[in-house]
Amino acid sequence: MSRVDIENLVKRYGAVAALDGVSIAFENGEFFGLLGPSGSGKTTLLRAIAGFVIPDAGSIRFDGERVENVPVHRRQIGMVFQNYALFPHLTVEENVAFGLTVRGTSRDDAAKRVREMLALVRLEGLGARKPRQLSGGQQQRIALARALVTRPKVLLLDEPLGALDRRLRQAMQVELREIQRTTGITTIFVTHDQEEALTLSDRIAIIDQGKLIQVGAPKSVYERPGTVFAAQFLGDANLFAGTQAGDRLQLAGGDTIRTAGPAGAAAIVRPEKLTVLPAGDGRAAGFDNRLEGTILQAVFSGASVTYRIDVPGLKDPLLAFMQNQEGDVLQPGTRIVAGWSAAHTVTVTA
Amino acid sequence: MEPTATCWIVRAYLGLVLIFLYLPIAVMMLMAFNSSALYELPFVFDTIWFEKLASNQRLLTASLNSVVIAAINAVVATALGTLAALAFARYSFRGRRLLQMLLFPPITIPWLIIGTSMLVFFFWTGIGRGLHAILLGHVALSLPYVIVVVGARLASFGPELEEAAATLGAKPGQAFFRVTVPILAPGIVAASLFAFAVSFDQFVISYFLAPPGVSTLPVEIYTSIRKGFTPEINAISSIIILVSMGLLLLVVRNYRFGGER
Repeated sequence: MSRVDIENLVKRYGAVAALDGVSIAFENGEFFGLLGPSGSGKTTLLRAIAGFVIPDAGSIRFDGERVENVPVHRRQIGMVFQNYALFPHLTVEENVAFGLTVRGTSRDDAAKRVREMLALVRLEGLGARKPRQLSGGQQQRIALARALVTRPKVLLLDEPLGALDRRLRQAMQVELREIQRTTGITTIFVTHDQEEALTLSDRIAIIDQGKLIQVGAPKSVYERPGTVFAAQFLGDANLFAGTQAGDRLQLAGGDTIRTAGPAGAAAIVRPEKLTVLPAGDGRAAGFDNRLEGTILQAVFSGASVTYRIDVPGLKDPLLAFMQNQEGDVLQPGTRIVAGWSAAHTVTVTA
Repeated sequence: MEPTATCWIVRAYLGLVLIFLYLPIAVMMLMAFNSSALYELPFVFDTIWFEKLASNQRLLTASLNSVVIAAINAVVATALGTLAALAFARYSFRGRRLLQMLLFPPITIPWLIIGTSMLVFFFWTGIGRGLHAILLGHVALSLPYVIVVVGARLASFGPELEEAAATLGAKPGQAFFRVTVPILAPGIVAASLFAFAVSFDQFVISYFLAPPGVSTLPVEIYTSIRKGFTPEINAISSIIILVSMGLLLLVVRNYRFGGER
C-alpha cells in the first residue's frame, strides 16, 4: 500500500504527445479509475507507472521516492493485463506462485501464500489446472491472485473486465471491489467504459489527448463536469451553447437559462434531471428553467421512458429520461414543456 | 462417403501421390536386403550390404562427419537464429524490415551459386576448404529457416507474457528462461531439427567446400555412385531414413505444434 504521485508527466511519440503534462496524486488505498477514449493516453500513463514506458519529463513517486529509473521488476507493482497474460505452460498454482518463485521465497511459504490467494479469489481446488482449462472469469481471478501474491505497493489493472461478457462483468466488478477493500491496496485501473469507472472507483480521472481533463469522485465529476468533453464522455448530457447574458445563458432562439453559479457561454444538464410535462401543465411554473418543444421520439423501456424533444433554436434534440411513475407515455408530436432546476444546470467550457 | 466417380478420382490421385513419394524409397530399402548387387530378382534376403557397410571406412567416416557437422550446425544455427527471431519480434530498430527481407533470398538462390560464391569467398579470405568451411556454410544456410520457424512461434504470443513476468519481479534473464524459452520450446526443437536436416542433406555446398580426402555423407555417396553403384548405399540410406523418421515421430508425439498457446 502506497501513495503514487505523478507530476507533469510527458511522453512523446514523434510529434504526438501521448502524455502532455499530467499530474495526479493517487491516495493510499484508493481505487482510482483512469477514463478516456482510446488513444487518450490513459494506457500510456498506466504503463509509465508500471515502468514499461519511460517518460520524457516529469516525475513518478511511490511513497515519495522517485521511480522513473527503477526497472519494472524492481518497482513492486502488481498488474492485471487486458487478456490476463497467464503463463500457458504453467499450472494455476505455478502461475500464482511465479512472483514468489523468482524472488526465491521458500517452497512452504510460497505454497501457503498461493493457498491464501486462491482462497481470496475463491478458486481453491483449481490449482493443478492449466489456464486454458479455465473460463474467462476464472482466468481473470487467477491473474488478480498472481498480481496480489507478492503484496505489491500498487495494483494496476488494464481494462481488467474488457474481455468478459456483460453479466460476468457486473459480477466481477463487485468481486474486484470486494477484493480491493479486503487487501486495501492502492489500485489504479484503466477503462473506456464510463459505467464501470463510476461503479468501481473512489475517484476517477478523465483523460483526453494526453491531458488531464478532470479528477474527482464519480458523483462530483458526473454532476459537475468542467468541460463539454467531460460531460459528454461521462454519460448523456444536453448541451446548451449561446452567449452569457448577465447571470444567465442566452440561447440562439432567445430563451434564457439559469445556471448553478455564474453563467458562461455553455452549460449542460443531465437528461434525468428534466421533467417533461404536456404543454400548458401548471406544474411547469415551478421550474427555474423551461423550454417548450415537440416530442420527436418516445422509447419505453419498463422502468423509464426516454424522450427526444425538438426545441426550436437548439442544435440537437433535447434528451430526457423520465421515471415511469404516473400518467401515459407522451406520444411523438405532442407539444410539451420541459422543466428543470438551475441547480442542475452546470456551466462548462469547451 | 458414397463411392461416386469424383470420390474414386480423389482416391486414385491420393494413391498416386503416395506411390510416387514412397515407392522408390520402399524399393531402395528392400534392395538393401537383397543379396544381388545388380538388383536381380527374385528377392533373396541377405544382410551382406550392412556387413560390407560396417567395413567401408570411407562411408563411415563421411557419415560421422555429416552427423557431427549437422549436430554442431543445429546447435549454433538454432541459438543464433532464435536470438535473431527474438530481436525481429520484440524490438524495433533501424533497418529491421530490410534485414527481415534479406533473410529470404538465400532460400531461393540456387545452391550451386551459393556454393560457388562461398568457395570463391572462402578462398579469397583465407578460410579455405575443410570441415570448418562446410560448417560455416551450413550455418549461414540454416539461419533463415531457424528464424522463420522460431519467428512463427514467437508471433503466436505477444510481449505481454514477458511483461507480466517483469511486473511479478522477474529479472530479464528469469523472464527469458522461465517464460519465453519454455513457450518457445516446440519452435526451437522444430527449428533445430530443420537446421540438422538442412545440413545433413546438403550436397552442393559441401561438395564445393570439401577438400580432397574429406567428405560428408552426401558427397561420399555421390563419389561412390560415380565409381559404380553398390547396395551399400541402399543400406546406409535405409538407416538414415529410419532414424530420421523415428526422430520426426518423436517430435510429433511430444509437441503439439501450434496447438498450445
